[in-house]
Amino acid sequence: MLHIAILIPFLWAALIPLMRWFSRIHAGWAVLPVPVAIFAYLISQMSQIGSGENIVVEIPWMPDLGINLSFVLDGWSLLFGLLISGIGALVVWYSMFYMGKRTDSIRNFYVYLLLFMGAMLGVVFSDNLMVLYGFWELTSIASFLLIAFWYRRERSRYGALKSMLITVFGGLAMFAGFNLLYAMTGTYSIREIAAQASELVDQPLFLPAMILVLLGAFTKSAQFPFHIWLPDAMEAPTPVSAYLHSATMVKAGLYLVARMSPIFAGATEWFWIVSLTGLVTLTYGSFKAIRQTDLKALLAYSTISQLGLIMSLLGVGSAAAFYTDADQVAWFGLATTAAVFHLINHAVFKGSLFMVVGIVDHETGTRDLRRLGGLMKLMPITSAIALIGSFSMAGLPPFSGFLSKEMFFTAMVHILEFDVLNAGSWMLLLPILAWIASVFTFVYSMILVFKTFGGKLKENTLDKKPHEASAGLLASPILLVSLAIVFAFMPNLLAYNLIDPAVAAIRGGGVDFESVHVSIHFWHGWTPELWMTIGVVLLGTLLYRTYTRFKLLDREWSNRDTLNRLYNGLLSLLENGGRRLTDLYMTGSVRHYLIYILIFFIAALCGTLVFSPDIRLGMDNYAPITFYEVALVVVMLATAAAVPFARSRVNAILFTGAVGYMVTALFLIFRAPDLALTQMIVETVSVVLFLLCFKFLPKLKSTKERPVFKWTNLLVAGGVGVTVTLIALASMGSSPFEPISTYFLNESYKSAGGKNVVNVILVDFRGFDTLFEIMVLGVASLGIFGLIKLGVQTTP
Amino acid sequence: MPKGSDIFLQNISKVVVFIILAFALYLFFTGHGSPGGGFIAGLMSAGALLLLALAFDIDTVRKVIPFDFKLITAIGLLIALCTGTGALFFGEPFLKHAFGYFQLPLLGKTELHTALIFDLGVYLAVVGVTMTILLTIGEDN
Repeated sequence: MLHIAILIPFLWAALIPLMRWFSRIHAGWAVLPVPVAIFAYLISQMSQIGSGENIVVEIPWMPDLGINLSFVLDGWSLLFGLLISGIGALVVWYSMFYMGKRTDSIRNFYVYLLLFMGAMLGVVFSDNLMVLYGFWELTSIASFLLIAFWYRRERSRYGALKSMLITVFGGLAMFAGFNLLYAMTGTYSIREIAAQASELVDQPLFLPAMILVLLGAFTKSAQFPFHIWLPDAMEAPTPVSAYLHSATMVKAGLYLVARMSPIFAGATEWFWIVSLTGLVTLTYGSFKAIRQTDLKALLAYSTISQLGLIMSLLGVGSAAAFYTDADQVAWFGLATTAAVFHLINHAVFKGSLFMVVGIVDHETGTRDLRRLGGLMKLMPITSAIALIGSFSMAGLPPFSGFLSKEMFFTAMVHILEFDVLNAGSWMLLLPILAWIASVFTFVYSMILVFKTFGGKLKENTLDKKPHEASAGLLASPILLVSLAIVFAFMPNLLAYNLIDPAVAAIRGGGVDFESVHVSIHFWHGWTPELWMTIGVVLLGTLLYRTYTRFKLLDREWSNRDTLNRLYNGLLSLLENGGRRLTDLYMTGSVRHYLIYILIFFIAALCGTLVFSPDIRLGMDNYAPITFYEVALVVVMLATAAAVPFARSRVNAILFTGAVGYMVTALFLIFRAPDLALTQMIVETVSVVLFLLCFKFLPKLKSTKERPVFKWTNLLVAGGVGVTVTLIALASMGSSPFEPISTYFLNESYKSAGGKNVVNVILVDFRGFDTLFEIMVLGVASLGIFGLIKLGVQTTP
Repeated sequence: MPKGSDIFLQNISKVVVFIILAFALYLFFTGHGSPGGGFIAGLMSAGALLLLALAFDIDTVRKVIPFDFKLITAIGLLIALCTGTGALFFGEPFLKHAFGYFQLPLLGKTELHTALIFDLGVYLAVVGVTMTILLTIGEDN
């Protein structure tokens, strides 16, 4: 069943284009059954997972490579499956009222959305790392398509490209990390790797694998400094922002970190990297969110910050892996529970807030905070939803965000007692950063509600008169915020069925649910956490009243985003640098290319000669030198040396011809009559052809001038000469084999019936070569015929 | 070169061309036993035709040999290829040659060789190629 749940969205996506035959029905109605059915199926499996039984499906795909379609449904993936299908259903419903029915591309929209849904389900259910990676990249591609849905806008294309580049960069790093894990363990199965986790820590590849996998998780989850793609991804349609960029895809990184926890947790680096990255992202994102004027940008930075919060909790929760005592494990592992709980809460309130922003955009025509205000009276339901969502985000009672924020503080206070790493008072950094970030979170949550819905209505700045949205549009956010209230008052309903199995899955190693269970209450006494929350509210209110006066929070300042400029600079540096580098060596001059080729030739061959111990220059088998040979070689050298100094081209041709006839003479001396005959005639023909060529050279270029002298040419030419000479000497000295010519000499008459051994070799022993050599000649003659008779008339 | 400009060259050529062709024929047939062969014979024959073209003009060559030289190249290649393929019919590998000694009417005991047919292909191809190149360039304005 599990694999079918993943398959259905893909199959359905293939069928959606058929909806053009039913153009009167909104395509969304056809899509809606898919997430609903998957949600229902997952709900039905909840009790089985709650009792500690995992569902495992394994289908062989590439068994020889260890890659199989193996899917596992445990507490953690069940939670994600419910989020994906549940919020998916709500988003499909919402988008039916948000996106116009008449738009032609509405079917594309749902195809992409279904692709994304299937890919995301694949990511969370996969047990095989390679399959996980495949689905992971598919989510990147689907997200790319969805961000650029309005592809005629320049900003959409920019945002899509940016998110693609960053997430695929991380994805590839993760792919490398997965392969390092395979190299260490010999399996791609996450469960099998986790079983070997204790032997992994000491491996040299352990740390690189961890960092590479974390790179993938951080880029996908928009952690600092890879968060820059998320604000630009807000160019997507709002349902997409609500679904992908708040509730599901950006949580894939969190999913991965938690999924890898049984493998990596227990390493000090893991604790520090994950916790600190999360905290820095949390603080930075919340600080940046205050300075936004666009509602979706504010929500984007808010998402970044909340993802950082959950990430830091996952990091802090890994502290439990350093202990074996059950009480201490529960004490330090509280952070993991908080992470899971906040993950659910965030999906709920951020989804509803995005939908609210979409409604505001839909009804007023703008998302600019400076033009909005006073919508409370006109859109009471929308503002109530926004109020609940924001208060839950700020961590105020009586909403579920309050509970998870309290648990977050609890975990951060607990970690002060964590003494394994000897960090001492440095640990104090964690709760302080967390508290500061919470103050900022409070401030931007208040900005979101009261700047949009409070204050006076600026009717003249709005394009149309705002009014309350339709019931269909409101249904999804209402459902989500009521969940925020339900979870607040009945958190334990969630705890037993969903949070405990999820935490047990993250902890790994067959932890029983009772030991991880923490009951969640509203009231837990006058604890430091409560005082921290009171401090957040007090300081946050003060800051909200006065934040426009602080230079640091000034809006003008927010345009100067250093990281974005760094990204743009780096991209143009790569483009321009690449072009310049190419221009530098791809000059279009054949002379330059020849120099590269020859220098490479010299370097490679001389390097081999120098560094190979077996190659030596030998003079043992040399024949005695006769007078004729010396005389011929001297004449040849003289004529060859004269070629570069020839004043006119005709002279150069004649010198070259002379060298050719000398070679004929050499062939005669070395007793090769066939070669001598051929050489003589071929030399004659080629000299005639050369002369023909030069006779018909264009007048303009036939200026008779001395060849230009260049030192590079001399050096390269000299180098090639020396290299070839050395190679020839070395090949004479190093050949350990007997030549096969004795066979030809013996067998030529006996088995081939010929006395001219050269000819017998040409037509009999190696006739195949000759066949193709005459073929070469034929092709050359046809080429010349074609060039001259059919040649294109070139402009002079 | 305008027609009839050099009476000496033309008259000498008439004789010399046949001598060269005869020498080429000699080189071709003797190739298997002593220096020579299809390649050299082909070049030599082309040389004879070139002399003809120089002494008279290209039209004369075309009249003497009323074939398209590209066709001659093709026929040569075909012959070479067929020689190789023929071996396949006798269950031998491609290009396997056979030879034997026969009593011929005029020549007496002679060695006949399939390699000679292959060489004929080479010869025709080389003649065709060389003449195609020279005539194409020569006719170009």
